[in-house]
Amino acid sequence: MIRAVSVLLAAFTLLLGGVYPAVVTGLSRVLFPAQATGSVVSAGARPAGSALVGQPFTSPRYFWSRPSATTRVPYDGLASAGSNLGPTSPALVAAVRRRVEALRTADPGNVAPVPVDLVTASGSGLDPHVSPAAALYQVRRIARARGLPPDRVRALVEAHVERPLLGLFGAPRVNVLALNLALDGLGQ
Amino acid sequence: MTGAAYAEIAVFFGTLTVLAVPLGGWIGRAMRGEAPLVGRLLGPVERAVYRLAGVDPAEEMSWRRYAAAVLAFNGAGLLLLYALQRLQPALPLDPGRLAAVPRDVAVNTAVSFVTNTNWQSYGGEATLSPLVQMAGLAVQNFLSAATGIAVLAALTRGLVRRSTQGLGSFWVDLTRSTLHVLLPLSLGLALLLAGQGVVQSFGGVGRWPLRDPVPDASGRPVVEQAIPMGPVASQVAIKQLGTNGGGYYAANSTHPFENPTPLTNLAEALAILLVPAALCFTFGGWVGDRRHAWTLYSAMLVILVPLTMATVAAEQAGNPAITAVGVDEQPGPLQAGGNMEGKEARLGPVDAGIWAAATTAASNGSVDAQHDSLTPLGGLWPMWLMQLGEVVFGGVGSGLYGMLLFVVVAVFVSGLMVGRTPEYLGKKIEAREIKLASVAILLPSAVVLGGTALACLVPSAAAAAANPGAHGFSELLYAFSSAANNNGSAFGGLTADGPFWTRATDVAMLVGRYGVLVPVLAMAGALAQKRTVPPSAGTLPTHGPLFAGLLVGTVLLVGALTFLPALALGPIVEHLQLHSW
Repeated sequence: MIRAVSVLLAAFTLLLGGVYPAVVTGLSRVLFPAQATGSVVSAGARPAGSALVGQPFTSPRYFWSRPSATTRVPYDGLASAGSNLGPTSPALVAAVRRRVEALRTADPGNVAPVPVDLVTASGSGLDPHVSPAAALYQVRRIARARGLPPDRVRALVEAHVERPLLGLFGAPRVNVLALNLALDGLGQ
Repeated sequence: MTGAAYAEIAVFFGTLTVLAVPLGGWIGRAMRGEAPLVGRLLGPVERAVYRLAGVDPAEEMSWRRYAAAVLAFNGAGLLLLYALQRLQPALPLDPGRLAAVPRDVAVNTAVSFVTNTNWQSYGGEATLSPLVQMAGLAVQNFLSAATGIAVLAALTRGLVRRSTQGLGSFWVDLTRSTLHVLLPLSLGLALLLAGQGVVQSFGGVGRWPLRDPVPDASGRPVVEQAIPMGPVASQVAIKQLGTNGGGYYAANSTHPFENPTPLTNLAEALAILLVPAALCFTFGGWVGDRRHAWTLYSAMLVILVPLTMATVAAEQAGNPAITAVGVDEQPGPLQAGGNMEGKEARLGPVDAGIWAAATTAASNGSVDAQHDSLTPLGGLWPMWLMQLGEVVFGGVGSGLYGMLLFVVVAVFVSGLMVGRTPEYLGKKIEAREIKLASVAILLPSAVVLGGTALACLVPSAAAAAANPGAHGFSELLYAFSSAANNNGSAFGGLTADGPFWTRATDVAMLVGRYGVLVPVLAMAGALAQKRTVPPSAGTLPTHGPLFAGLLVGTVLLVGALTFLPALALGPIVEHLQLHSW
């Protein structure tokens, strides 16, 4: 029994803990070199981020990402986390109220109801997307801050909308980093 | 609930069924070492392992020897995993230079992964190096799932064989489930995930400048984002397929590097249920009657599909407390809407609701949305699915052997109704089997309720809850429901790394796993010794809608009677509070 236990455990550790991940890594490097290493996008010659990982945007000139509940800084890649606030938590309601006020202050006169994803923290704290509604909500503010015609900014959002898979799986969404890089490409 | 949500749920379970039926047959062949291609490729590896280990593949173990082999192998796995965590600083492949894992947390994590629970009191990428994740955690992800399939195979032999002691060899069952079943499935899923953007590399940290730097807590600008890389795709594949659930990153499958697209989300969610669903059909093949497979499978679906719809409906309806602040939660073409706290924008409440139900029905415990932030009813149904004993699909192997315990109780109850000795598959169900089934069904429930009561009485334990009021109680109840049923998901606000919670969940996970597994093997031993009784006119058929109904009734009745009072104090009170907001 002792021999069977120790040999099997050692063999499986080698095979499942060594060979298996090595084979997956090797094949991924050949088949999907960009995807397996973080889907890094560049702006010009410099890396600008991962297409899959959100970044914090706070300047009024950019589309803002969703609130992030990571503890040290928002969008902390070293320790992903959600808020874990329950639906009846007073802290949750207070945070949402504060975020709604911040959006309204940054865009006086915009009285439309705020899309829910723009004022709630994501599960990972690294959400790369907002809903199309949340991006469109911000068009007026960005157009004003950049001196661009709102229709041009709106068209940019519409060009970046991704639809659910087969019309069912996933949600309609816009990648915030891609959108902001395109925004910078428009100039001003 | 929107029409699209109904359609998504229908397509999801339809796809599951279409995949599970052939996979079930394939697993049956793989367990004899005869799966096409895989059997030929890995057969030599298998035989080499037996030779090295001094294992006679033809050995027939008694139930006692089978159980001893399971316990010895799992015990050794536990020690190895503990050692790897404690020795982390001395081991290679640690780009983050992480410290040794504290003793309580290391024990907890070792117990958690060996028992197929994957309860996580540690912080994922912030605590464990790529090497420990890969050579420690992922290995136990495979082996704990393979243990489940092995015990199911032993129980089935007990049902099928006549007048014998022999239940097969644990070493062979373990090796074949690992090599011929779980490894090829994981390899396929890992590559699909890597193609979609789940990272797969040996360590290193991805770094890039932030487009719009933000100040940190002390006001200094943060100009860079850094994310640990690692063998994520290979690990996520088995954590989904093996009903393990412990993610590479702390945020689990909400993390864009674990679950980047709606396609990966669909594949991972299907993978949660796939092997437990397929094993129903494998079982049908083993007992030589596919009607039994369909009976068990449909009984599970009859429970799961309505609870999935209820979870999705609750999440899509949103949170009235947030609507009141001037927020638009209405689902539409421009937003998924609903309760988005703790959810990812690419997924939304429908995908999250399906996943939440699947991951708690199966004892997987991975999440694609933070369960602590689910609406009260959106959290109630997943919690109850765990409390049913992880038998609605349940863990790989363990779900079906758990469901067979309920089959034993159901034939006993119906035997009492018609006044005949109960039988299942021609085996008389007698006092010993009923006693063993009762012990195995009641032990985890006793730990859930007793543990939660204890946590309410110990001030430091109750203080670990992050949310106030009824939701805080739900966090405690959820924790014990998850640990004692080897699920592993959490209402994550609970601070689980303190001395009470690590030790209490250690006990809960061990009782939940071995307090069921050992009685199941004992029952297999008792059944194997019996003769088979030919069916007569008075035999209650154990296939078909009538028996499926009896089985569903038994599971739901036991689950409701045991847990309704506790649930009333948590999610049900919270629901009433929220709707009087």
